[in-house]
Amino acid sequence: MSEIAEPGGGVGYAPRVWVQRIFAGQTGPVLVVVAALILIWYAGAIYLNAPQQIDRDRRAGIERNFIDFAAATYAQERPVLPAPHQVAAEIWKTTVEVKPTSKRSLIYHGWVTLSSTLTGFGIGTLLGIVLAIGIVSSRTLDKSLMPWIITSQTIPILAIAPMIVVVLGSLNVAPIWAKGTVSAYLAFFPVAVGMVKGLRSPDPMLLDLMRTYSASPTQTMWKLRLPAAMPFLFASLKVAIAISLVGAIVGEMPTGARAGLGARLLSGSYYGQTVQIWSALLVAAFMAAILVTIVGMADRMVLRRMGVKA
Amino acid sequence: MVEAETAASPAASAAPPKAAPAKPAHTGAVIAASDLSLTFQTADGPVQALADIDLAIHRGEFVSLIGPSGCGKTTLLRVIADLEQPTSGEISVNGVSPDAARRERSYGYVFQSAALYPWRTIAKNVALPLEIMGLPKAEQQKRVKKNLELVNLSGFERKFPWQLSGGMQQRASIARALAVEPDLLLMDEPFGALDEIVRDHLNEQLLQLWAKTNKTIVFVTHSIPEAVFLSSKIVVMSPRPGRIYDVIDCGLPRDRGLDIRETPEFLAIAHRVREGLRAGHSYED
Repeated sequence: MSEIAEPGGGVGYAPRVWVQRIFAGQTGPVLVVVAALILIWYAGAIYLNAPQQIDRDRRAGIERNFIDFAAATYAQERPVLPAPHQVAAEIWKTTVEVKPTSKRSLIYHGWVTLSSTLTGFGIGTLLGIVLAIGIVSSRTLDKSLMPWIITSQTIPILAIAPMIVVVLGSLNVAPIWAKGTVSAYLAFFPVAVGMVKGLRSPDPMLLDLMRTYSASPTQTMWKLRLPAAMPFLFASLKVAIAISLVGAIVGEMPTGARAGLGARLLSGSYYGQTVQIWSALLVAAFMAAILVTIVGMADRMVLRRMGVKA
Repeated sequence: MVEAETAASPAASAAPPKAAPAKPAHTGAVIAASDLSLTFQTADGPVQALADIDLAIHRGEFVSLIGPSGCGKTTLLRVIADLEQPTSGEISVNGVSPDAARRERSYGYVFQSAALYPWRTIAKNVALPLEIMGLPKAEQQKRVKKNLELVNLSGFERKFPWQLSGGMQQRASIARALAVEPDLLLMDEPFGALDEIVRDHLNEQLLQLWAKTNKTIVFVTHSIPEAVFLSSKIVVMSPRPGRIYDVIDCGLPRDRGLDIRETPEFLAIAHRVREGLRAGHSYED
């Protein structure tokens, strides 16, 4: 009876461990880093806004002590570097105080960008998976497609995005699809590369086993290669969702788009509205963090359902 | 029963009395190989893995292939299973080519490691070949239940492989091979990675299984006691190139226990196997 598994070998990954992991493992250090960044930001705001403030004070003939001076650098209308609380106030104003349907609402702009991001992410993921399946299934496709897939990513996205958006726009394609195309162009790559590796990851013994069952290539794909590729897929998806967002924002910038975080960044820089730029930037970063977290959660959920050892 | 003898016919130290256990009538060899050779093309040039293999295995036999590493015993098993293609010579499995036999799913293969799919529960792992064969769900469940019982794994259906010990995993993989209900079982050092106590235990269980189901079993091992204990026939192989050095009929009673390993008959056969291995293995090179 020596081969009975250890009692309780599979239990004990209780929520408590989770909570411990959050507090002991990640959240604490993250908060410390955030606090440090905010401090550096405040110091930097004084330094970068000082020349402008000195100039203005001299013209107005104002003499101030340091505290007053610092406060003044935090209260400029168009600072070189807005202070964190200025950006926070702007974000609050444009998300909570303004109606979400308003053209001034960051929720509205965020949604426009998010919808393109998700469209592109969906298309890119599907395309990447289909390409990977093709490449793994056929030697010819492997030889012919792989070099092009890699070449596609050597073209700077900033050069190609405006062309995609303009060309598709002139074909009367809705902006969401045009921007989605830019996102998909970026997103398919990590998915294709990761999935090719994942689909080829099963142990030769497991492939031999399928052969002894005289399984069809389709059965081998569905029952062995695809499940084995899941961890690789999710690693790729985390990269893909983040660059989908980049693609959507880049797609909004050069084309005179009226809506979206990219358009908001662009109009902010036209009019020197640095506070607006920074708030759009932070909302974009926040959105990326949430999207990556959602993919990470889906990752853990799927792998747990697949019985992967915690 | 011995149809394949090599040129180097050994002086039999043990001539075991021909026990005549109840066996089905001979319906031709299950596996018949003649002049079988296999040469691998490697980066360092060709390597001859098998040379001039002549072998016949009959229905209901338990045949062990034994030899040092590199003697081609696993390769021979893989040729039978159509996982490798011979370079020359003839081989038939169930009267047809290995390829055709594989397509008819006429054998079950047990690998050196359990090779369970980590994302499938034990029951789902056993059901894998049945899903591929397209059996109805009810039949799948019936066979899963039956074969897990056969290897004493009832109650572990919903566990994932990592929750089981190595021995249990290997038993699950045997259940998976049996679920196909093949008449022929090909086993490649299935217990090689397990400790001796577990191995003894599984050997006994395998023997009981063989007695119960009357399957033909081809078993690769490098353990002399394991080979003698399990087999009705032992094929001793020698390396470089892999060839058959000796074929020994065991004739131990079919319902034997582990104690038989202390008997003179057992030791005599073990001695002959060891002699064969020593003679076939040139230590000079």
